Amino acid sequence: MAAVRHLDTSAIAWQRQGLIPGYAPELGQEAAQVGSGYAVDTTRDFVFPTYREMGVARAMGVDMVAYMSTHKATWHGGLYNPLESRLAPIQAVVGGSVLHAVGWAHGQTLAGNADGRLGVAMTYFGDGASSQGDIHEAMNFAAVMKAPVVFFVQNNGWAISVPTEHQVAGGSVAARAAGYGIPAQRIDGNDVVAVVEATRHAFAHARAGNGPALIEAMTYRRGPHSTSDDPGRYRSLNEERDDAGEDPLERFRKRLLADGVADEAFFAEALAAAKAEEELLRAGVQELGSRPGNEMFDLVFQETTPALQAQAANWREESEHV
Amino acid sequence: MSNATLESGADMADGTARHGVEQLSMQQALNRALDEVLAEHPKTLVFGEDCGRLGGVFRVTDGLQAKHGSGRVFDTPLAESGILGMSVGLAMAGFHPIPEVQFDGFAYPAINQIVCQIARMNYRSRGTLPMPITLRVPSFGGIRAPEHHGESLEALFAHVPGLKVVSPSNPHEAYHLFKYAATRPDPVIFMEPKSRYWQKGEVDLANAEAGGGSPTDAKVMREGRHLTLVAWGAMVARCLQVAGLAAEDGIDVEVLDLRWLKPIDEAALAASVRKTRRAVVVHEAPLTSGLGAEVAQLITQACFDTLKAPVERITGFDVPYPSGDLEDEYIPNVDRILFGIQRVLEYRRG
Repeated sequence: MAAVRHLDTSAIAWQRQGLIPGYAPELGQEAAQVGSGYAVDTTRDFVFPTYREMGVARAMGVDMVAYMSTHKATWHGGLYNPLESRLAPIQAVVGGSVLHAVGWAHGQTLAGNADGRLGVAMTYFGDGASSQGDIHEAMNFAAVMKAPVVFFVQNNGWAISVPTEHQVAGGSVAARAAGYGIPAQRIDGNDVVAVVEATRHAFAHARAGNGPALIEAMTYRRGPHSTSDDPGRYRSLNEERDDAGEDPLERFRKRLLADGVADEAFFAEALAAAKAEEELLRAGVQELGSRPGNEMFDLVFQETTPALQAQAANWREESEHV
Repeated sequence: MSNATLESGADMADGTARHGVEQLSMQQALNRALDEVLAEHPKTLVFGEDCGRLGGVFRVTDGLQAKHGSGRVFDTPLAESGILGMSVGLAMAGFHPIPEVQFDGFAYPAINQIVCQIARMNYRSRGTLPMPITLRVPSFGGIRAPEHHGESLEALFAHVPGLKVVSPSNPHEAYHLFKYAATRPDPVIFMEPKSRYWQKGEVDLANAEAGGGSPTDAKVMREGRHLTLVAWGAMVARCLQVAGLAAEDGIDVEVLDLRWLKPIDEAALAASVRKTRRAVVVHEAPLTSGLGAEVAQLITQACFDTLKAPVERITGFDVPYPSGDLEDEYIPNVDRILFGIQRVLEYRRG
């Protein structure tokens, strides 16, 4: 969590310094992201992120330079290998990949894996995306097919400028799951231990062949929607302070100290490690060159077309003068 | 690199011989092709609304669930975005989905998944997550169907980077083009001309490209010297009819079945029109920004010096696809195509 917090806040600085053109901060959602990502078995499960799951990626062990490359505008979706990392490409369409998780999960059933050993798909979306029709289609499909999917909702209170109460009818996303016969847990998404426990519970349910499960992690987007956003236009600092609740990192720190699991030296070490990691990542991101332009053409199809080859040849001749 | 490569099974599971020429309707030819693809390629899945027990509203998937099981051939809930979004995930899991949207107009609710997801996933994932999805779309008009059941979406699909588009014109083409399309590692929109489902024709089961050529070539369906009619799908049969009538007046019309609407076989277009020096493109879709414009430009680019007249387009109109009573006024009919031919033949420079 310390590494994620430090990288997240640093990424905003990277943007201000011109290293990256934009970023979608997850400040305040570290417990929800790291806790859920921590529960993934990367030998058999598969995760479908949105554009704000840096903490999940870090918890799953994804190459973070390759992950952050999407924010450097190097490649839409990121440069990491989705098959090896078990993380689908970064998804910019709100709610776009939730159905993909259902399809992938149904594939695990079709592949004949025994109940108890099913690979599980976990898909992330937010309170804003819960308004999308695809979310409802996905929940219905998953329930009808008993697909091993965990729908992980981060209700962070805000869909850019629109608050949850103007976005989610019925009071919660979790309440909707009942309509599809999907068991749902609405949890304190700022309590990392609760998140890990709830996610493991949901995974066990899905892995055993009982079908989908939904978790609505109540959290708060402490930062702007993106580095281009100005939250001052739709909420005051006082509202932020009152609504955000206690910082999830601070809560976990107090708990570890109270339980005697960690001491101040541990936290100092974690922060030092986080800083060292961020420096390495920063250097890595800085060194990321542009992808060669031929990739624009080469990666559209597995089997290219004559017209595309002709366009590539023209581009080479006119842009690279070769 | 690709998890899309299909493991080819042994001979037909049921020992069906696959040789000789048979009289089949397009619906039967497609059913046969689907059956064989399912038997030969264990990763293929056939699904959509009513595709399972009912066998599809056009019976194209008839009997396939009974034969291949409800894991390989299945009904989905009634939600097109769900069907196509699910296809993306199945492809990511190593399957080769063959989904169906029941009618052309029902592709609209799924357009986000088709355009933003299916078409882009290979690119977005840098080739690690190919999308070997063959989307069957019963297409075009001509059957007096309700609204949204007679649309021609080829230009829309062809405009999207990452998609390939093909439309067969007769049972033989349907059988072979489907078998080819359904084993590709890229997404293919397979537009089935629903008005041609029940017409029978000779299907040479063993020989896809009698007379040579490759499965991605356009095909000369009738040779001619005076003018080339370019068409696809249901309009090919109409153009052949027109060519027969024109021949009575001594006009020797060549009919080119484009087959692939993306990628378009530019070489075949150029070869035909360089010979005939005149071209008319015929499609059911509305005129403005229709695929006919693309075809006309490709011809102009390749044949400008030899063209005797501007390329003519005979198409549907820029109106919502009309009710059955007005369908025959909308779809290019024999007379309109003959008028188009006449205009091109009578064109004088200056």
